This record gives sequence, structure tokens and C-alpha cells, in this order.
Amino acid sequence: MTQDILKVEGLKAYYQMNYFGIEREVRAVDDITMTVRRNEVYGIAGESSSGKTSFIKVLAAAIRPPFRVVDGSVKYEFNGRTIDVTTASETEIEAIRWKHLSYIMQGSMSVLNPVRRIGKTFEDFAARPLGLSGKAFRDRVVAHLARLNLSPNVLNAYPHELSGGMRQRVTIGLATVCHPEFIIADEPTTALDVVVQKEVLSLIRDIQREMGAAVIFVTHDMSVHANVADRVGIIYAGRLVEEGPTREMFFAPKHPYTAHLVASLPRIGDTSQRPALEGRPPNLADPPQGCRFHPRCPLAVDKCRREVPPLETIGKDHRTACWRWQDVKPLDHVHRANGQEAIA
Amino acid sequence: MSALLEVSNVSKVFSMGGLLSRHQVRAVEDASFTLEADRPEIFTIIGESGSGKTTLARMILGLELPTAGEIRFRGKTVSHRVSRAERLEFMANVQPVFQNPFEAFNPLKRIDRYLSSTARRFLQTSDRAAIDRAMDEALVKVGLSLAEVRGRFPHELSGGQLQRCAIARALIPNPPLLIADEPVSMVDASLRMAIVNLLKSLRDDFGVSVIYITHDLATAYYISNRIIIMQKGRIVEMGDARTVLENPEHPYSRLLKASVLSTEDAGAGKLATDPEMVRTASALAGAERSRLAERPDGRLVRVYEGA
Repeated sequence: MTQDILKVEGLKAYYQMNYFGIEREVRAVDDITMTVRRNEVYGIAGESSSGKTSFIKVLAAAIRPPFRVVDGSVKYEFNGRTIDVTTASETEIEAIRWKHLSYIMQGSMSVLNPVRRIGKTFEDFAARPLGLSGKAFRDRVVAHLARLNLSPNVLNAYPHELSGGMRQRVTIGLATVCHPEFIIADEPTTALDVVVQKEVLSLIRDIQREMGAAVIFVTHDMSVHANVADRVGIIYAGRLVEEGPTREMFFAPKHPYTAHLVASLPRIGDTSQRPALEGRPPNLADPPQGCRFHPRCPLAVDKCRREVPPLETIGKDHRTACWRWQDVKPLDHVHRANGQEAIA
Repeated sequence: MSALLEVSNVSKVFSMGGLLSRHQVRAVEDASFTLEADRPEIFTIIGESGSGKTTLARMILGLELPTAGEIRFRGKTVSHRVSRAERLEFMANVQPVFQNPFEAFNPLKRIDRYLSSTARRFLQTSDRAAIDRAMDEALVKVGLSLAEVRGRFPHELSGGQLQRCAIARALIPNPPLLIADEPVSMVDASLRMAIVNLLKSLRDDFGVSVIYITHDLATAYYISNRIIIMQKGRIVEMGDARTVLENPEHPYSRLLKASVLSTEDAGAGKLATDPEMVRTASALAGAERSRLAERPDGRLVRVYEGA
């Protein structure tokens, strides 16, 4: 068994539309290569319309027209067997879904069926992959809920009877009851307030450690990544622009976009003027030439406008796609002071 | 010194349930504070979901009537049960900005149409040039211009730009007070600071007071002058934002501060919250006899009798 559970190679996935003879192509995922190891939390950050949701749609094998995989492969390794979800048949994917590959979704209210009791929803999702029924199934679910600090009573409740935090714990329960090896978490805490958010995050983290699962954690909130992820990858305009261990990404970022994301976080105890990034995310139907970040980049030179920077390895586990990565400095003085001490 | 907005002993009770299982929810309990007219400030209301912060904002906007107490804007009681002209005059002075800009704008209508109908209504003119001028002035204040926005549909702008348009719309009648209900929680991290900096410049450069409702303590610390922290409808701590957030005294305020995810120790994976803190804070939510006590540094903290 190798260390890597997921290998994405040269993945290109586009939305291809053809209305009245006018062809339109949106390059939502453009040439992404990355791996996820067993027993790690890989954080993906990026703003809306950066293609991060499209990317995880491919990872979750939820590819529907007009969205198509144009090139590349997404290979999972479950129980020593390799499966490429871009070419696998419906039945092959059906066999791994929930049991090996599961998904924690964003809005807990729209995920849970409002007219079905939670217990029924658990049956709908998990009874088949677990191969249990009746009392054995119920015992298994109750034991799992106890692990999430939920009483067995929630099985008889309807979603609207539970608070937001409890509902989110129920969706985590649904995603983890079959002990999957790979979990995709799409902004699982965005709608929650700070106290509950922290509780839910530590729950995801604990259960991941306990099961030894790999988790892809998607959110645009960098402070969540700081506390949950082992490695962080930044997606900008459909491309992976930087990837590295969490600590290095925060204290020694090597891409101007990452440096900006980290520096723009306000902190209690610091009222110095925070920079805001001007401009807007590029239109993926018509992305800029060369490096896609150059119109907003403070370091941009002529080369950036003409040539696409490759994602090159610049340290252990650290890759960046920037022609001028050696000139990228952390923008924030507090971080710089802490970081030098931390990295050295 | 005259008061711009006075909120005195305001409570709001909602009755829930059917005839037989009727119970009451106290959404806001005995809230009081005053905003001065000649000192623009950013006044922040912080609390978790269900703490009553949005109900309070809706009462200030006159969309709900308080069950007890009174809200006065420039000495006049705020209510929606007044004549059309009076209501319009109030609305020209107090304007809202909502959470999700994509929901606030009709996706099928051009953005400038929205802005021009606001201008026509509040300036009470149908002169094209005057309306265009008002729109442009408001858009320039938020760092956009009419030329950029004219003819565009909401989906053509980013969330940050659209939220700025929403703020520009609110600025058209030159209101002295803006009510911003979680204006940045739906905006991307990279654009969030642009909105927060904008609110700051509205206060500093244009003298607009802002009631900023949020659950994000970090941005609150960054821009606010004064702050109130609400727990289950009750104000538990109130005072100067820096003083309160640097050293919160009430157990609930302390819990909120402890729950902010810090990036100082990124990668260390520290996530545990002290369960004792959660217990102490939630025990106080239901406590019966309590009052706000003043501290030497000027803040008000809720104290509990018999605790």
C-alpha cells in the first residue's frame, strides 16, 4: 500500500456549451496535478468562481454535462485497488461511494431531507453500503452518534428541530458512519458562528485522526486552514498556484496571492491598516494571458504577461507557480517576525 | 449634544407555537444605548446566531415594533405605522445593507435601475441629470463609478463589487446612519477587507455612523469604536471596542474571544475549547436576576445576583 490515496494528474475539466451554434468553453479546472496522502487533512483555499467547487466535483465523481473532463486522471487507491473516477462506470463509482469516498456538504439544512426523520435519512444513505439492517444498523448508528456527542433521540427528530450546529454534526455523522477512507468537506462550517464552528472543526479533526482517513477540506477562510489543515493548496482561476505545509504557507508564502490572503486577515490586538486586493477574480471563459494572477499582482513583470509559470518544487512538499517567487515576502510584519523564528 | 439614535429599554417578545403549546421567546431584552449625532462612529453588535442582533436591527429600521421600550431617531419614535411621507423621511436617514448581495439585487434587472429608482424616490425628482449625478456621487464614495456599473447585471460583478453597489445604493439619500447586517460574511476573503475598509472611510471621510452587525470579532476590533456583545437577547458587555475585546470580562465574551481561530500558531492544530468555559457561559444565559454594572474603565458588564 502506497502512502498516496489520491493522485490527480494533469486534470483539465471544462464546461462546454453549445447554444445555437455558439460554442462557449469555461476552463474551470485547468491542468491541476496534486496528491493527497493517507491520514492527512489537505486544505484547499480559493475565492468563489476560482474553480474550487468544480475541482471537488471531479474528485467526488459528480461529473455531469455540460461539465466534462477533457484530459488527465483522478486515481484513488482503496484497499490496494486503483480506480480512476474519470473513466470508471456508474456501478464502479456506486461501489465506492459512502463506503470509501464520502462528502460533507455545506448547507446542512438543504442536505437533510426536511420531511424525513434523521433516522430515516441515515437508512437512506448508509444502510446499503454498510450491509446492515434493523437493530444491528440502529446500534451501529447510535454508537457513531455518541462519538459525535449526539443523543440517540436525534434519530427521531426532523431537521428543523435541531440547531445549526447539531445539524452540521448530523451531516458529519452521515459522511463518516461507514468509516470512509477519503472525505471531501466542502465549506462545512461557513454558515456557523464562531463558538459552534470551533466545536465542529475539532470534531472533524478528531474523527479524521481516529479513523486515519484522508480529508480534503475546502474553505476560503484562511484562519480555518491554519488550524485544521496539514497541507494547504491555493487555487486561483482554475489552477493550483501554491501548495505547501500549513506553517510555511502562513509564515513564508512563496506566491503573491497566498501572501495577500494571509496578510488580509485582521487580528484582535492589531489595528494597522489591512491591505485589500484590488480587481476581481478573472472570468474563466476568457482568462488573462500568461500568469492568471498578473492583473492583480504587485510583482508582475513583462514575462508574467506572456508566459504561464509552471508549478515548480521549491522545497520539501512546497510547490509554487510564480516567476518571481524568490521576491515574494510575507506582507505582514507580525507574521514575518514569528515566521523567521518558526521556520529557522 | 443631541442624540442621533436612542434605544431605551427595548424588548421584543415573539409568541411561538399553536393555541395549546404557546410559548414566548424573548429575542431582545432591555437593550439601551445611544448614538450621538455629531460624533460619527462604528457601533458593533456581536453575538451568535439567535442572540437577537438581527431583531434589534430590524427594530431600529422600524420593520418590527418593540414589545416594550422605545427607539427614537432624532427625537422621533421609530415605527412603520406612520404616514407615507414621514416613513420616507425616516428611510432617507437610516438605510440598510444586507448580508448577501446576490440576494439583495434582482438578477434580472440592471444594477443602475435599482440605484436610479432609489435616487428618484428620495430626491423626489425625475430630472435625469440630477439622478445620474446622485448615483455617480454615491458610487464614487465606494470606489466605483457610474460608467463602470451602468447597464450591468448583478452576475457580471464580483461579490465584493456588488456589495459595494449595495452600500452605494444606501448612500444615495446621504443618510447619517447605515445599518449593516453581516455585510462581509458572504464576501470572499480577498475582497472582505475592501468592504471593511470602505465602512471605515465612510465614517472618517463622510461622517456616516454605521451599526455593524457581525459575529466576526477580528473585523469588529479592526473598525469599531464601541461594541455590544449579546447573548440570548441580553446585552452582556458593552463599551469601547478595544478595551472590551482586548480584555473581555463577561464569561460569554471570553468564550467568544477564545473561539476566534488564530493564525499565530498555524499548523499546530490547536482546536480544543475549554469545556468549563462553555459551561460557565451557557449557565449564565438563563440566569434570572441580573443587571448591567459599570466598571472603572467605562464598560458595562452584566452581573448576576446570587452567583
